[in-house]
Amino acid sequence: MKFRTVMRHFREGLKNIGRNGWMTVASVGAVTTTLILVGAFLALMLNLNQMADNIEQDVEITTLIDLTLNEEEITNLGNEIEELNGVETVSFSSKDDELAKLIESMGDEGRSWELFEQDNPLNHVYVVKTTDPEDTIDVADQISEMDGVQEVNYGKGVVERLFTFNKYARNIGLALIIGLVFTAIFLISNTIKITIMARSREIGIMKLVGATNGFIRWPFFIEGLMLGILGSIIPIGVILTGYYYLANNVSDRISYSFVEVLPFNPFAWQLSLIILGIGAFIGIWGSVMSVRKFLKV
Amino acid sequence: MILMNDVYKTYPNGVTALNGVNVDIKQGEFVYVVGPSGAGKSTFIKLIYREVKPSKGSILINEMNMSELKEKKVPLLRRDIGVIFQDFKLLPKLTVYENIAFALEVIEESPKKIRNRVMEVLDLVGLKNKARFIPDELSGGEQQRVSIARAIVNNPKIVIADEPTGNLDPDTSWGIMKTFEEINARGTTILMATHSKEIVNTIKKRVIAIEDGLIVRDEHRGEYGYEV
Ligand SMILES: Nc1ncnc2c1ncn2[C@@H]1O[C@H](COP(=O)(O)OP(=O)(O)OP(=O)(O)O)[C@@H](O)[C@H]1O
Ligand SMILES: [Mg+2]
Repeated sequence: MKFRTVMRHFREGLKNIGRNGWMTVASVGAVTTTLILVGAFLALMLNLNQMADNIEQDVEITTLIDLTLNEEEITNLGNEIEELNGVETVSFSSKDDELAKLIESMGDEGRSWELFEQDNPLNHVYVVKTTDPEDTIDVADQISEMDGVQEVNYGKGVVERLFTFNKYARNIGLALIIGLVFTAIFLISNTIKITIMARSREIGIMKLVGATNGFIRWPFFIEGLMLGILGSIIPIGVILTGYYYLANNVSDRISYSFVEVLPFNPFAWQLSLIILGIGAFIGIWGSVMSVRKFLKV
Repeated sequence: MILMNDVYKTYPNGVTALNGVNVDIKQGEFVYVVGPSGAGKSTFIKLIYREVKPSKGSILINEMNMSELKEKKVPLLRRDIGVIFQDFKLLPKLTVYENIAFALEVIEESPKKIRNRVMEVLDLVGLKNKARFIPDELSGGEQQRVSIARAIVNNPKIVIADEPTGNLDPDTSWGIMKTFEEINARGTTILMATHSKEIVNTIKKRVIAIEDGLIVRDEHRGEYGYEV
């Protein structure tokens, strides 16, 4: 294909957008509506996912060391834990550290615990983190069976439920996004199909005048691409402004450590790029797929 | 050039339009195809640029065997054949100019050559002043002339015309016939289905008469042969 033919297809594709008038408006409308939904949903899903990750990252195993162990035995225990599969870090926290943490975490009420500073009833502790949060339960079980371990804490029950919840949330979210994208593609290829149905006669004529399938398809490809891009302008605008306000307000108001929305920059920009990509993809896909069956003249 | 051997065509609805046609048309000939309405003239013509495929028999066009011709090569065949369709087949959203230019765009001519050549044929069919009109804004006769211009614009080896003067006034008809004779004189094969007794009997050429899907007459410098 000569360069001037490429240029011709570009011109022709752009002209078709004007020539098709209301059908162009309808297609762009379909792309716009679905991309706003996909965009909003993606923003929500990616944020929830991030929060779930944060929570999982915070999960750690507190290993209470038996009071009877001497220093050397404590070191050995630490080494033993470190050698377990899936363990990322093992950090020692003395019983004094633990008490300090406890007092601090309780605020004013913690004062009463200060009495215990002379005769600390707490244990020395190994805080264990796993590389993959999902291994937590497994690793905790193994540690609890070691000699010199008095008790293992990792929020039993809560952690299991959290993991199952996260897994479901992710799968359902993914399914919803895929479903939404396919609905969008279906909607758009249907709209474009209607415009092309009206053009099936024209396609037939082009073929009778000696046009190859490729020659006919290219302007449609360009047209689909442009429809997708035009259709993503408003959704990107909505996402950028919407997310800008959301990011500024939510992170100010809610201050749980794990409820932390992804920062506007770069997340909103990345999301815009994804929206543009999805828009271009469904535009091209819809138009190329729907022109296919009319090319067999 | 155009060689048909025992060609049959039965449409999917069971209508048999051609019933064993044999014909041999050489490069540079000028041929009228005549016969009553529904005789099979358009079907005969459509076989040549492969709008329809034969049910039986062999067809050779420009040394290309139609039964072996790959789907991908069909555009190449059609670029060598300029067709003036009975129903014009103009692209409704394109201007007169763009419709004619389309035939040159598919063969990737340079924009400059396209401009010059399109203006040339527009002048030839007398539509220079309507270049920016779309087909709906033209009369039937004008649309027919656009169709003629598109068919000849890329200097094809064969020009096929299905009743090209059907919608034209006598003056324009004779003008079109003059154009056909000119391009025929340059070696282009012309094949023209017509119901015009006057034209066939005045500009004497080879006449092929089709009735009920059979060639019943094939004469050089023939007569129209039907009462109007
Ligand atoms: N696409 C089609 N499907 C079914 N039957 C068809 C089709 N095209 C033509 N026919 C039938 O084939 C026969 C021949 O038609 P054709 O168009 O070749 O006639 P024609 O000689 O060109 O007539 P006219 O002078 O009116 O143009 C007719 O009986 C017609 O009904
Ligand atoms: Mg006919």
